[in-house]
Amino acid sequence: MAAEHGTAAEALVGQVVLPGDLLLLPAHYDEDAEGERLRLSAGAAPQGRLLCGPGLRRSGAGLLVTKCGLLRHRPAGGGAYWVDSQQKRYVPVKGDHVIGIVTAKAGDVFRLDVGGSEPASLSYLAFEGATKRNRPNVQVGDLIYGQFVVANKDMEPEMVCIDSSGKSSGMGIIGQDGFLFKVSLGLIRKLLAPKCEIIQELSQLYPFELVLGMNGRIWVKAKTVQQTLIIVNILEACEYMTAEQRKQALAKLSGN
Amino acid sequence: FMQRGLDSQTKKQLEEEEKKIISEEHWYLDVPDLKEKESYIIEERSFLRCEDLVYGRMSFKGFNPEIEKLMIQMNSKCKEEEIEEDDQMEADVSDEEMARRYETLVGTIGKKFLRKRDQRVLKDDDEDDEVEERNSNTRPNKRAKKMFLKPQD
Repeated sequence: MAAEHGTAAEALVGQVVLPGDLLLLPAHYDEDAEGERLRLSAGAAPQGRLLCGPGLRRSGAGLLVTKCGLLRHRPAGGGAYWVDSQQKRYVPVKGDHVIGIVTAKAGDVFRLDVGGSEPASLSYLAFEGATKRNRPNVQVGDLIYGQFVVANKDMEPEMVCIDSSGKSSGMGIIGQDGFLFKVSLGLIRKLLAPKCEIIQELSQLYPFELVLGMNGRIWVKAKTVQQTLIIVNILEACEYMTAEQRKQALAKLSGN
Repeated sequence: FMQRGLDSQTKKQLEEEEKKIISEEHWYLDVPDLKEKESYIIEERSFLRCEDLVYGRMSFKGFNPEIEKLMIQMNSKCKEEEIEEDDQMEADVSDEEMARRYETLVGTIGKKFLRKRDQRVLKDDDEDDEVEERNSNTRPNKRAKKMFLKPQD
């Protein structure tokens, strides 16, 4: 394999990168080259460590791309580079909040299907206010919103429904009714972005409740079945609609 | 008699042999110390730390009021983290008052845990000379009570 000449990381931000591309980082991050300092286009030199996000791997003094997609950069807090790629299959990652479906009860542990290669395990003590005598009321087929506490390729993933301070903070069993469906992971990230237009526009329509799992699953609940289905259809379709088409569709709905 | 284990002599011999072979340096490898490379790059597999994603549970137009409260809480947590360092709790009680209270407090609580004899001593120290006389009268009486009374024949 011929060694590729790397290109500077800043030059490729916002462009498509392919697996095998080598990105060179500016000399700040290389302890050998102390004399030469390249100026970043952002301005001040970043302090602290650089975050190498999903789709990238550290190799020598640079970053090696492992997934194809767009390269993104965040200059704040030490800087972060990652690849914005599209996929439907979820790989469990520690700290992610996901929606799981209970498939089996095995003694003190529930088996949840999270869409990964293995079912995740969830202990019955990992709920807020659960003790050995006070067990949570979880049946097979229930939906659970929790986060991963162990998730690597060597071990079975484990989930919990409480955070580090022992509070549930919204996690746990998701209530009755509602509709669960699956979308691609890229759409979930788009919807979870800080100021998402889709969500803002939908919230003007009617009252509803929404739970987004990082494994591509969305659960929606509205007052009537029809409203729920409308929201589901919009969310599924908005991946491929432009902003204008979406606004037209919503205008038609609110007109009805 | 029963002999389990080696004699003390054979033990000494073995120890000496070991010492000859293995010296202090035996336990350190000959490889020169590897310089630890400072890693400026952290690998992260989660999107959550790269992008500022909001919390996944949402409710709109009052459908589920608890979740709406949670939304406000979660989303303001991200902004509050920066402001935390600047805030300082204002003290309700001033430092001087605190020092005065504490001084007297220690004395009163300390007295509680003294044993009876020590309490008496403490009381006597505190009182004036006039009162001491009275107490000195009572003292031998109390002491007399506590001393062993020989049974009279």
